[in-house]
Amino acid sequence: MLEVEGVSKNFGGLRAVADVTMRVEEGSITALIGPNGAGKTTLFATISGFLRPDTGRVRFLGRDIAGLSPERICRLGLARTFQIVQPFAGLSVRENIAVGAHLHRPGRTEALAHAELIGRQIGMGRMLDQPAGALTIAGRKRLELARALATDPKLLLLDEVMAGLNPTEIEEIVAVVRRIRLAGVTILLIEHVMQAVVSLAETTWVLSDGVLIARGSPAEIAADPKVVEAYLGRGAAARLAGREGGAAHA
Amino acid sequence: MRRQLLAIVAFLAAMALVPHLVDSEFWRNWVMMALFYALLGQAWNILGGYGGQFSFGHAAFFGTGAYCSAILHVHYGVNPWIALPAAGMAAGLVGAFIGFLSFRYGLRGSYFALVTLAFAEVLRILANTVPITGKGVGLLIPLEPGAANMQFADRTGYFYLILAFVGLALLLTLWLEHSRFGARLVAVRENEDAARALGVDVFRTKLAAITLSGALAGLGGSYYAQLFLYLDPGIAYGPAISVEALLVPIVGGMGTLFGPLLGSFALHGVSELAKLAFGEAPGLDLALYGVLLVLMVMFMPNGLFGMGRTTLARLLGGRRDA
Ligand SMILES: Nc1ncnc2c1ncn2[C@@H]1O[C@H](COP(=O)(O)OP(=O)(O)OP(=O)(O)O)[C@@H](O)[C@H]1O
Ligand SMILES: [Mg+2]
Repeated sequence: MLEVEGVSKNFGGLRAVADVTMRVEEGSITALIGPNGAGKTTLFATISGFLRPDTGRVRFLGRDIAGLSPERICRLGLARTFQIVQPFAGLSVRENIAVGAHLHRPGRTEALAHAELIGRQIGMGRMLDQPAGALTIAGRKRLELARALATDPKLLLLDEVMAGLNPTEIEEIVAVVRRIRLAGVTILLIEHVMQAVVSLAETTWVLSDGVLIARGSPAEIAADPKVVEAYLGRGAAARLAGREGGAAHA
Repeated sequence: MRRQLLAIVAFLAAMALVPHLVDSEFWRNWVMMALFYALLGQAWNILGGYGGQFSFGHAAFFGTGAYCSAILHVHYGVNPWIALPAAGMAAGLVGAFIGFLSFRYGLRGSYFALVTLAFAEVLRILANTVPITGKGVGLLIPLEPGAANMQFADRTGYFYLILAFVGLALLLTLWLEHSRFGARLVAVRENEDAARALGVDVFRTKLAAITLSGALAGLGGSYYAQLFLYLDPGIAYGPAISVEALLVPIVGGMGTLFGPLLGSFALHGVSELAKLAFGEAPGLDLALYGVLLVLMVMFMPNGLFGMGRTTLARLLGGRRDA
């Protein structure tokens, strides 16, 4: 469904994303993990049209989308959320979601009705009339998800929608994400919350310093010494292996 | 939406009675001019209030509308009623042109404001140099009273004409509040990146808004020309109109349906009071407006309408009503 081929993105001298090649299968939940500053958000931004890749190609549904504007890409069925939430602060939750719903629903009544439906699905039923600016961080993360989902995407890119949430809230969002996939939406998610990655993703890609260093099921990834080193520093895998005979934490 | 429509109809009906109920020529005139500035304010409000793009040069649209209808009428013998839509279109085109240049290159905030200001100035200088506008001497529209010529011997006709324009502007704004275009425009105001991520074409949305806003201000210009039967570059493209157009919605409440109306009446009420208190000192209006602008921005960023709404909501027990 999504194929990223040799994509690089530099900021001045900094190589934020270096020659990344990865793919997302239709119908899957795929995770992208990696330490802070690994280039995950930058990769999302190049896929979704907010940044133009310096090299490489991005294919979505068989079509080259690198260089298209974000709004064009969204119309093709690829929606993203923002790690740093970007609510329309002055509007109500319902109106926020309706902006997304309008993409394929010209009528106001229709869009508002769909916004309400999505809002309830995402567990924001009681917040629909609140101003988005008054939401807690958990509420804002949900709103990001709801708005993107309201555009009827085929592929949803979720950038740390669980960061800053408590365990109960994480459980809830995990269930929501699972339901979205069941409804036929493919999902690529960036996540630091390993509990969520393990319970959701079939495939996990690991990015470190802009380079993809591993790919596999969450269990395979956790056992990969390269991944452990990326998170804990050079030699960590060997030290851990020496002490307990395996790396369990990533 | 129903309630808003009802409020519009009630307002228009009440205003329609003014020429019959108000005896004083002075006050009838005063209401008429308040309506005129409400129209300009409503035009500005579409782009500035709903779209968040603050123009300092709405005179560019007003003046273009005014000159377009006056020139068509004086030099080409076009009937003013036919020149009117042409004036709206010409002003809309100027809006589209300014919008294309500024928004294509991503100008926002004060940069956009400066560009609009500069365009109004360039047009003023242009109007001072090309013969067709009568240059600095101005352009006199011959007096030919008669409704067919959009000239009304008793001023009641002018009153109803501006009332009709204000009604049109209100209905247009009401539509905006309940349309996809309006939802997208507000989204662009609130957060451009988020809007783009949801498939909103920011450039086209802003372009449509400035075109619409310009066209509406152009109708105001056409009306002004027919009312005073005289134009010169300072009147048409000078900063006075630009300032009024932005101050009216800022005072009344940006991005609200009735804000500009409220703002226009409040602003001109205060300006009358100031005249009573200090006499007709030149420049007094502008000084007063400057002070008002600072006060509004500091203490009432949501305008009179916004403040009224919050107060009402508080009185009704914290219920928030949009
Ligand atoms: N617009 C930008 N200009 C310059 N440098 C940037 C820009 N955006 C990101 N960077 C840098 O690129 C690198 C990758 O950043 P990115 O935000 O993609 O990391 P990330 O993997 O999403 O990290 P995190 O887990 O903290 O969100 C970082 O070193 C960051 O400082
Ligand atoms: Mg990130």
